[in-house]
Amino acid sequence: MAKITYIEHDGTEHTIEVANGITLMEAAVKASIPGIDGDCGGACACATCMVYVPEEWKAKLPEIETMEETMLDFCEHTEANSRLSCQLVASDKLDGMRVQMPESQH
Amino acid sequence: MADDILIIGAGQAAAQAVQSLRAEGFDGAIRIFGDEPYAPYQRPPLSKKFLAGEIGFDRVELKAQDFYASSGVETHWGTRVTEIERREKRILTGDGRSFDYGKLLIATGSRVRELNVPGFDLDGVHYLRNIDDVHSIQAHFRPGAKMVVVGGGYIGLEVAAVAVKRGLDVTVLETADRVMARVVDPIVSRFYERVHREEGVKIETGVTVASFEGEDKVTSVASGEGRRFPCDFVVVGIGIIPNTELAAEAGLHVENGIAVDELCRTSDPDICAAGDCTSHPNGIYGHRLRLESVHNAIEQGKTAAATLTGKEKPYNQVPWFWSDQYDLKLQIVGLSAGYTEAVVRGEPETGRSFAVFYLKDGVLVAVDAINRAPEFMMAKMLTAKQARLDPARIRDESIPVKELAG
Repeated sequence: MAKITYIEHDGTEHTIEVANGITLMEAAVKASIPGIDGDCGGACACATCMVYVPEEWKAKLPEIETMEETMLDFCEHTEANSRLSCQLVASDKLDGMRVQMPESQH
Repeated sequence: MADDILIIGAGQAAAQAVQSLRAEGFDGAIRIFGDEPYAPYQRPPLSKKFLAGEIGFDRVELKAQDFYASSGVETHWGTRVTEIERREKRILTGDGRSFDYGKLLIATGSRVRELNVPGFDLDGVHYLRNIDDVHSIQAHFRPGAKMVVVGGGYIGLEVAAVAVKRGLDVTVLETADRVMARVVDPIVSRFYERVHREEGVKIETGVTVASFEGEDKVTSVASGEGRRFPCDFVVVGIGIIPNTELAAEAGLHVENGIAVDELCRTSDPDICAAGDCTSHPNGIYGHRLRLESVHNAIEQGKTAAATLTGKEKPYNQVPWFWSDQYDLKLQIVGLSAGYTEAVVRGEPETGRSFAVFYLKDGVLVAVDAINRAPEFMMAKMLTAKQARLDPARIRDESIPVKELAG
């Protein structure tokens, strides 16, 4: 299990516990955290679940795959530390991670 | 109560509306009614990962179990609404109760189109729309079992892809001369037919089902052309019908779906509608659209919630869809109907990655992208802008996707 803090663009923080094996997108949508849409339900088809991951957590995340990379490449608010949260599966090593959300997912 | 908001339907649009109503600051009573015994769940995985058994109900449920209670929402699962009495501003339920509303949201979704041929009621003839449907179909899943799929659309082909991977003997019957005929160019149809055949599915086009045969359970499907396809079970996927009856009986304006404006308002100022059951005016395409998609349900759910709380969030977007079959991710932007030219980028005859750009008099109206995320993402922007594209540049893969518009 990982305690994850999602930070909205305006600074509002939401901290939830995410069970191992569940993606950060699914957990956020189920908890109705504003700012993560996840329209496609995690099929990596919509790019509406972007988060910014701080540098120090980068090494603990799964490698970015081509599909995710190309989707991100076309998003308006993409930064070097952007990830699609539907591709980030929770595990104990992510406990305490804080991610930020873009101004808009569209 | 005067300001109570009632929601009829418990699908994607309804769940989104609940979340958005609270996010918009509405703190009055919300009551939600769904005829299935389940809390709102995602339907797209039902013909994909959920059917394959890769994920369970906890992964398709839209909200956490305690979401409705903690949001102060009164839930009525397993409760069918039978009538809307607009003059009294109340709804009636199948179990004989009535509930008053201040504002009402109709999000009744759609249901499967049934194939009413002889033998339609035999055991072993299934449709796929709900969780329970999936469980019935899965009960037949064993290697070697003969499955006939009626209908070569998204649902039929997704089911075929899952089943053949599980070792079933799969035949798809399609009335038209190609699969997915309603939504894509023949180039894309031929591609999907090739891939399904490579994966071991038998695709039979130009076949019209005349009857289901069998004593008490289906054992074969007979075609109008005199052919017979033996089977252990059948899955029919021939489209859906919007659930507009409640609205129509209440005297609301229905035009293909429940007619709403860009704010999801029906012809009654106290009633909004959202999702599959509606038709809305789309500024980008310049006519009324009824869409069968998650994106439409989510966005209309947000818009309706805003309207119901006295705000304005007009809905006017390019629709998009997706379908997962095997290792193919099909992402569709826009609606290709009425296109004058289909321009191909990539090699549909050989590989498993290409895109088709649909132009109408030179203007981009839709794109089918198969394992082509860049084309999909770019198309979302260009279609909304109604960009005019040069077919030669689209075809030329030495030109990066980002520079397609010149």
